[in-house]
Amino acid sequence: MSEVIVVTSGKGGVGKTTTTANLGTGLAAAGHKVVLVDADIGLRNLDVVMGLENRIVYDITNVTDGQIPYKKALIKDKRYDGLYLLPAAQTKDKTAVSPEQMRELCDELRQEFEYVIIDCPAGIEQGFKNAIAGADRAVVVTTPEVSAVRDADRIIGLLEANELREPKLIVNRLRYNMVKAGDMMSIDDIIDILAIELLGVVPEDEMVVITTNRGETVVQDDKSRSGQAYRNIVRRIKGEQVPLMDLQEGGFLTRLRKFMGLK
Amino acid sequence: MLEFISRIFGKDSSPSKNVARERLRLVLVHDRTDISPQIMEALKSDLIKVITNYMEIDEAALEVSLDSNENQIALVANIPVKGMKRSGSMAPTGA
Repeated sequence: MSEVIVVTSGKGGVGKTTTTANLGTGLAAAGHKVVLVDADIGLRNLDVVMGLENRIVYDITNVTDGQIPYKKALIKDKRYDGLYLLPAAQTKDKTAVSPEQMRELCDELRQEFEYVIIDCPAGIEQGFKNAIAGADRAVVVTTPEVSAVRDADRIIGLLEANELREPKLIVNRLRYNMVKAGDMMSIDDIIDILAIELLGVVPEDEMVVITTNRGETVVQDDKSRSGQAYRNIVRRIKGEQVPLMDLQEGGFLTRLRKFMGLK
Repeated sequence: MLEFISRIFGKDSSPSKNVARERLRLVLVHDRTDISPQIMEALKSDLIKVITNYMEIDEAALEVSLDSNENQIALVANIPVKGMKRSGSMAPTGA
């Protein structure tokens, strides 16, 4: 059984691309055959986040225009055998692809892959409509900020209006200490406001920046907390019941152990 | 400085996340309905028209907004009354 999952958020900069890269890598690391589709035409980014930017020859518009079969445009990941990227075009705009073309493309990809993960552009216009057109289910990414949560609410409404029922939420960049101090909305606050099922919580973590700098994904990093959070989300996507990790930032001993590489 | 001290002693009356949550809650009540700001304005001016037949109100301070609890939406109007009109000057109701 294959699934087409769109990763969306409404607001930009909340971590859609990072989430797409980590979920895809995590699923591939678990032995699944995965293709990541960058639907952000004109603002291609998934390639650099995955560290595959030097290998691009063709892009998604060459495929949807019928110039080449999709297999010719796929870029194989450096680390995982079952992981592929279909990059966005950088020099065209969102109107270069239509929702019908995306639907056809997704249906073709699902013949070959167990998971098709689509990185949706920010906004609610054409690019969003394209990205969700062929999806079976949606993951909404937000951060614990008023602007991001508001946009997430709008996106949830639009997803449901487009028959993508019961989208699931990832709360990204949560800062436990601020939540504890009452200066950041908690998971309960956000879930209460959005009335949506939680898929996972990713704590704010410098390792996300560090791994992305290197063109790697944090989900491969055994020691990082955000990596652990992404691995948990991957297992939940596969249908496993995984409890939320302890978000509390480690005490002195935990930090010392982590420092010495003892996890 | 005072704020800093009150924070240290945990006397901050409203943590910022409560403010965020409340502002979000209200903005989403509006977002989730299809009522545009223009419609709210029209509603407001109609309300003023009706109420001024009976009372003298502070039009500038009049506030009309939507609120919600659980699964009900409420129209909340805050209308400061400057003075009551005498019954003699009350406009006739109906045609």
